[in-house]
Amino acid sequence: MEPIIRVENISRTFQAGNGQVEAVKNISFSIEKGEIFGIIGLSGAGKSTLVRCLNLLERPNEGSIFIDGKDMMNLSQAELRRERQDIGMIFQHFNLLMQRNVIDNICFPLEIAGVSRNDAKKRAEELLEIVGLSEKAKAYPAQLSGGQKQRVAIARVLANNPKILLCDEATSALDPQTTKSILKLVKEINRDYGITVIVITHEMAVIQEICSKVAVLDHGSMVEEGTVEELFRAPKTEEAKKLILNEFRHIKEMRSERMIRVTFGGSSAFEPFIGNAVLEYKTPLNILYANTKTINGNAEGEMILQLPESQEIADRMIEYFKENNLGVEEVDHYVG
Amino acid sequence: MLDKVIIDMLIEGTVATLYMTLVSTLFGYIFGLPMGIVLAVTDQEGIKPNGIIYKILDFIVNLMRSIPFLILLILVMPVTKALVGKTYGSTATIVPLTIAAAPFIGRMVESSLKEVDKGVIEAAQSMGAGTFTIIWKVLLAEARTSLLVGVTIAVGTIFGYSAMAGVIGGGGLGDIAIRYGYYRYESDIMFVTIVILVVLVQILQGLGMMLSKKLDRRHM
Repeated sequence: MEPIIRVENISRTFQAGNGQVEAVKNISFSIEKGEIFGIIGLSGAGKSTLVRCLNLLERPNEGSIFIDGKDMMNLSQAELRRERQDIGMIFQHFNLLMQRNVIDNICFPLEIAGVSRNDAKKRAEELLEIVGLSEKAKAYPAQLSGGQKQRVAIARVLANNPKILLCDEATSALDPQTTKSILKLVKEINRDYGITVIVITHEMAVIQEICSKVAVLDHGSMVEEGTVEELFRAPKTEEAKKLILNEFRHIKEMRSERMIRVTFGGSSAFEPFIGNAVLEYKTPLNILYANTKTINGNAEGEMILQLPESQEIADRMIEYFKENNLGVEEVDHYVG
Repeated sequence: MLDKVIIDMLIEGTVATLYMTLVSTLFGYIFGLPMGIVLAVTDQEGIKPNGIIYKILDFIVNLMRSIPFLILLILVMPVTKALVGKTYGSTATIVPLTIAAAPFIGRMVESSLKEVDKGVIEAAQSMGAGTFTIIWKVLLAEARTSLLVGVTIAVGTIFGYSAMAGVIGGGGLGDIAIRYGYYRYESDIMFVTIVILVVLVQILQGLGMMLSKKLDRRHM
């Protein structure tokens, strides 16, 4: 089956002063219909430019983009505008019309699509119901909280029944609790309407919460791509490791000693592997950090272990964990 | 001093001043609003950047803005004569007032439209909105408060200019103030006209600001 989004070798260069900035360098990827695809990277990695290339808010200098089989780069202005109605986008700062009330904000894309005032209003009321804000129909954006504004933005984006939803740091301005509820809503939309979702973020937690596939962006290049489980268990590139291990940075004691990050999921969660290792090698292990996360609906555990001083025993323990199908990663230089 | 003749003259002068100011503001916007829109849209950061159009219009606006109004009054007399048939009186004054106001209004409209959040414009583009939809429903609608403040400033400025036209017999309160206060040394009549001018400016400014505030939904 043809993927809903197919990007081939796109590059986007900006003229900045005397030099050129390559925001997106020769990137290719495909997204299947109905997927929630995450693109993660630190700020300045080129995520925002990349996502804007998909609806041609930024026109790539090179490469091709196919949306549902259509060659986006060769559309006329009018065709492009029509096509954009099928690709919704939500933003970090919501970008609602401040001088319009909630219901009229949701009517806006319908006005653009040429829907009659009455039909638009009816549709807007339905959508407001879906995002749970019916009682705010007459309120103005300035009267809403961040989470409510993003809900209005989501209702607005759904108005024209898009095939694709682009989320550009859509939860980055929200607190953790609100982030969760917005992500839940996005997930429901994906499930109920079969809308393909692309999530741009710098937070691994967002990726883990809703994405099935993920791509890591670094300095304009896509350095790693795979399922979220793969990335969580065995990040391959430096950049991916940095993103995964970022949250341990605050643990000050984790210095100088040799440390590993162990990940486990599914059946291995039931094996007492730490206890077994201690018994086997008669040397204690120090657990510095442990946590379980729900990734894509499955429980995944991770631990940071301080290994014994003896290099030999430490190496044997790593071998032992690997034999037991655990993800093992040396993390010394990522923390402290 | 304030006999019936004088009072009638002052009332007539007030009406003439308001007539010149408001009609000139209206014509100023008929020309200035499109200018401001084109400037904001064709700017490098605008929704349809066009260096050539922007630079030409930018130059014309700057050129017109750099001519002092008193000189402009005399300079455009042939145009006024052709359009109105005479070069004195309040209707004739509307011509130079409009020519002076349009580029000034254009600049204010440009700056109001440039204040509109780039993110909101981008959101409209992502929905498939065309240039005219964005101008009409995003730029002008979102900038309405700032535009109304601009109208208020424009009215005040044109009001001041209209008094200046008194020098060449432009009619209105400025005309009266110059004729009585300057040519005839009847400074008491001049003071009365000044009081009327001050009160009128206050009322117009107050109304404009009140209206723009009332229509602003950004702060609740």
